[in-house]
Amino acid sequence: MMLGPIGFTVPWLLVALAALPILWLILRAVPPAPIRRRFPGVALLLGLRDDDSVTDRTPWWLLLLRMLAVAAIIIGLAGPVLNPRAEGDEARTGPLLIVLDASWASGRDWPAQSDLLDSMLAEAGRAARPVVLLRLSAPEPAAFQAAEAWRTRLTGLAPNPWAPDMEGAVALLPDGDFETRWFSDGLAREGREDLLAALEARGAVTVHESPAPTFALRPAVMADGIVELTALRARPGAAREVTVEAHGRDPQGISRLLATLPLTFAEGEVQATGDLSLPAELRARLTRFEIAGQAQAGAVSLTDDSLKRREVALIAGREDREGLELLSPLHYLEQALAPSADMLDGALLDILPANPDVIALADVATLAPAEQEALLEWTESGGMLLRFAGPRLAASDVSRDAEAPLMPVRLRAGGRSVGGAMSWGEPKALAPFTEDSPFFGLSIPDDVSVTAQVMAQPDPTLAARVIAQLSDGTPLVTRKQVGSGQVVLFHVTANAEWSSLPLSGLFVQMLERLAVSSVVAKPDAAELQGTTWQPAQVLDGFGRLQDAGTLPGVAGEALIDPQLGPDLQPGLYDGPDRRLALNVTTPETALNPMAWPARVPVEGLARPPEAPLGGWLLGLAMLLLMGDIIASLALSGRLMPTRATAVLLAGLVLTNAPMAKAQDGTDKALAAASEVVLAHVLTGDSQLDDTANAGLRGLSETLFFRTSVEPDDPIGVNLETDELALYPLLYWPITPDQPIPSDAAYAKLNTYLRTGGMILFDTRDANVAGFGASSPNGQMLQRLAQPLDIPPLEPVPDDHVLTRTFYLLQDFPGRHTGRSIWVEAAPPDAEQVEGMPFRNLNDNVTPVVIGGNDWAAAWAMDDRGNPMFPVGRGFAGERQRELSYRFGVNLVMHVLTGNYKSDQVHVPALLDRLGQ
Amino acid sequence: MTQTAPLRPRAEAEAAALPPLLARAEHLAGAVLLGEHGRRRAGVGDDFWQYRPMQPGDSRRMIDWRRSAKSDTQFIKQREWQIAQSVMLWVDHAASMRFASDDGVPQKADRARLLALATAILLNRAGERVGLSGSDLPPRRGQVQITRLTEALTQEDEDAPDYGAPELRGMLPHSRALFLSDFMGPMEGVRAALTKAADRGIRGVVLQVLDPAEESFPYRGRTIFESIGGSLSHETLKASELRDRYLERLAERKAELQELCAATGWHYGVHHTSESAQSALLWLYSAFERGAAR
Repeated sequence: MMLGPIGFTVPWLLVALAALPILWLILRAVPPAPIRRRFPGVALLLGLRDDDSVTDRTPWWLLLLRMLAVAAIIIGLAGPVLNPRAEGDEARTGPLLIVLDASWASGRDWPAQSDLLDSMLAEAGRAARPVVLLRLSAPEPAAFQAAEAWRTRLTGLAPNPWAPDMEGAVALLPDGDFETRWFSDGLAREGREDLLAALEARGAVTVHESPAPTFALRPAVMADGIVELTALRARPGAAREVTVEAHGRDPQGISRLLATLPLTFAEGEVQATGDLSLPAELRARLTRFEIAGQAQAGAVSLTDDSLKRREVALIAGREDREGLELLSPLHYLEQALAPSADMLDGALLDILPANPDVIALADVATLAPAEQEALLEWTESGGMLLRFAGPRLAASDVSRDAEAPLMPVRLRAGGRSVGGAMSWGEPKALAPFTEDSPFFGLSIPDDVSVTAQVMAQPDPTLAARVIAQLSDGTPLVTRKQVGSGQVVLFHVTANAEWSSLPLSGLFVQMLERLAVSSVVAKPDAAELQGTTWQPAQVLDGFGRLQDAGTLPGVAGEALIDPQLGPDLQPGLYDGPDRRLALNVTTPETALNPMAWPARVPVEGLARPPEAPLGGWLLGLAMLLLMGDIIASLALSGRLMPTRATAVLLAGLVLTNAPMAKAQDGTDKALAAASEVVLAHVLTGDSQLDDTANAGLRGLSETLFFRTSVEPDDPIGVNLETDELALYPLLYWPITPDQPIPSDAAYAKLNTYLRTGGMILFDTRDANVAGFGASSPNGQMLQRLAQPLDIPPLEPVPDDHVLTRTFYLLQDFPGRHTGRSIWVEAAPPDAEQVEGMPFRNLNDNVTPVVIGGNDWAAAWAMDDRGNPMFPVGRGFAGERQRELSYRFGVNLVMHVLTGNYKSDQVHVPALLDRLGQ
Repeated sequence: MTQTAPLRPRAEAEAAALPPLLARAEHLAGAVLLGEHGRRRAGVGDDFWQYRPMQPGDSRRMIDWRRSAKSDTQFIKQREWQIAQSVMLWVDHAASMRFASDDGVPQKADRARLLALATAILLNRAGERVGLSGSDLPPRRGQVQITRLTEALTQEDEDAPDYGAPELRGMLPHSRALFLSDFMGPMEGVRAALTKAADRGIRGVVLQVLDPAEESFPYRGRTIFESIGGSLSHETLKASELRDRYLERLAERKAELQELCAATGWHYGVHHTSESAQSALLWLYSAFERGAAR
């Protein structure tokens, strides 16, 4: 039964609506139940009559509320459905074949398509129709199954980022006649007509296709530092603007949107082109371009190395000759590199943090040790150092006796010149490049000649390092691997002073072969021959980059003319020395819309969804009944409005109460900076941390009462995140399972120790173990302390300043009474001076105190100042606790006053001197 | 009902109830400063009244030697005449007094007992004799009497009638009396008691103790009102409609009491349990003072 767009599944239930008027009569007569109240004043009430005007009947609006609730229940149970599917279509019986293009162009409409598919399968399930689902991009033979079986697999279905395989699908069609539903991506493809004919031979075909235009993005083209982007659309139509987003990694390596470029399709055009001009820094970081809002693989264009320009830093040893452009040692290098690389200028140490790909040193002989070190580090981590010889290098002693780390060979003194007025022989030409040279295959122009060069010392390793030589066999270019980088030396100058090499085209080619200038072109077939490329990341059908996982590598030949498919998925491929992007589109890609024959019905992807209204109506009935409860209570006076509102309001206030969140980072630092604060290292063991905190609180209290040091509440510090400089003393209890701090934390700790901080290491095991690695805690201490900058240690000598900074102490018990407390060793020249009770020891605070007496437990106080842990037994135990407090006081005094007490021995002498 | 075994615990429980009431009453009474209660003439008492020259007939024993030594004549020190009066208390024990409309206010009976005992303590301190009418507790002085009063007042009577009427049993002629009740019940008993008291020359104070709910009648909806004992009940469909007429009747009741008191020379006051007991005690005290001054 239909009422407008609403149908009912159980229409006969509506008959019950006729009972409503009867209900009206019944409900009317029932007055609300009375409440019984105890009330002494009832004696005064006796005899009072109710006004006649007060009715004992339910008010009409309450009745209406109840009637509405009952009506809603009746209608809700009758099963109303909005937009019910028309039934009785004869095409809706028999087997059903659902064909999905599931190609790269299907990604955007996939959610809509899935919804429609789901409802279609649900219908087929209700009609008990067998179904086959065929994905053209990954066709697989399938037999008819129940629709529900397909529905469970629906969530696993996804489009593939390549074109559908029509021919393969024709062979896989199931037997018998069936109805076909074809979810097309709307693009004309080879073989689509054939498949359509094959399908129409078996039964009716309906095509579902999104009317929205399909967009694609051709691979970005790099020209003169400008990225050219071309977007395509399938149907020429009205003018339309799309936004191309350029994504890339920021300096932290997080993928971000770096730039956007609006592209405008003119009316009737299917192609839109735009230029994106980005600074080289940004351009080098680009990873992909994407048409915004098109979640499909064709609208994504991945970039590879071809967009990157190498950064070359040029550094000359001789900058003093202004104005002599052509004699500048760098002029020819700049000319050769300018088209394909980005130059960096500046001092060597300023440039190194920018991590250039290549650093060219033209006739730079000696480097400052710091520069040398930094340069070596940079080279070892993969940099390429390109050196040119020159008069300075020839005159210097660099790499003369022993091979310098940043020179590939040892050099003979002086170098040589050939073909000059004062020498024998002709200028030398280049010998043909050998097969293992990176320059192999470059043709050598006749007019390249060398008149002067620096000479390499003959050496066992020399032959392996020569990559170009003169016709007489003397090395011209030598190369050495340093770490994962390399050092290349041209034995001639970078300008035309010593040779005509920089003037020739060969120079540019050589630089290119050395990968000084970047490779712009796509590798050609010859280069790809025999190579294997490993997929690093692949695109999925929605245009998202996924980890390639265990996908097998592909042969280089396949990349020459890529045919995308399950075996060759679009994505990023790592090759021998570079990375290649394989996009869905090629520079030749064009999009053609599919023109379906007129006999095939084409439907959109959207249809009004079937919406059962029963639940809503029943819910409404429940709400109405709730309202009835409240109204009835209000009528009978049992609703206490004030109290109920108060409760409601209290509930609201409670739920809205803002969560007070401690801003502990800065608060902590503020607290620590405004008072003296003792700190303990958080070990991650909460019980230990609590004990340490309580211990330091006890010590702080003791200090407060006994000395002029008045510390604030102790603080637990996280070595990784907190600033340590604010704490004079760090108490570090050792537990075997605490995490080892990171390198950054150790750097902070070392700075802390060097700048006068003190760490008290407590292995807490003096009752069972001596000092050393004999206990798990001791071993952990060794591991923890290894990266720390700790001076030599010795057991506390009897005359150490710790024994007398505040109290005179002989030993330093905590909860245990181990004897071995270790502090920084006295300097070896410390000697006992005649007439002085102690030696004049080291002049500063010992950076560490190491022991195992579990001091924190002995110091620990609860909030009321009661000790938390027993120490020893009886009076002796209390004496031991007192001594441990004294040790703590001495320790803090030592940290805060240094060797002040040691200096006290000089007081008589100073007074003596003042007296004179 | 005489079981020896649980007697001790019951006795202890009873005894435990005494000190709180007594303590509260003492506390309340302690806040009131006693005024002069003398007879304004020389007589037997503790306070100094005057020195007068010795007259013939006075015993030598009566000479105040310290005063006489300052002059040539002999003086006799006279003290103010102080007499004690008997005050009888009547506290309504009826069920209607066991009503409190809210957790925040005490029961009327509780407040009435507290006020009665506090007044007794004050009167005792002033040297009056206090007794409890309707029980065998004749007026006496002293701390022991206060303890007995406390005991008698704390005795709960579960089978009490719904409404009570003042009792004159044990009242001495020309003594003073204090009636504490809600006066919600029939007025005949009250009227009879007051007229009879006036006949016997008894003057006193009537304090009507009411719950705030009895003054405001905050009820709505269909309700069956029942007296505390359950003997009376009244059903209404719309309690809020009854409010005005109820308040009218209450006002009538108060006016009637007031009139009755005026006619018999008594003081009449109203106290609500939501108010502080202190103000009621002060009023009671001043009412007795006025009665004394008359």
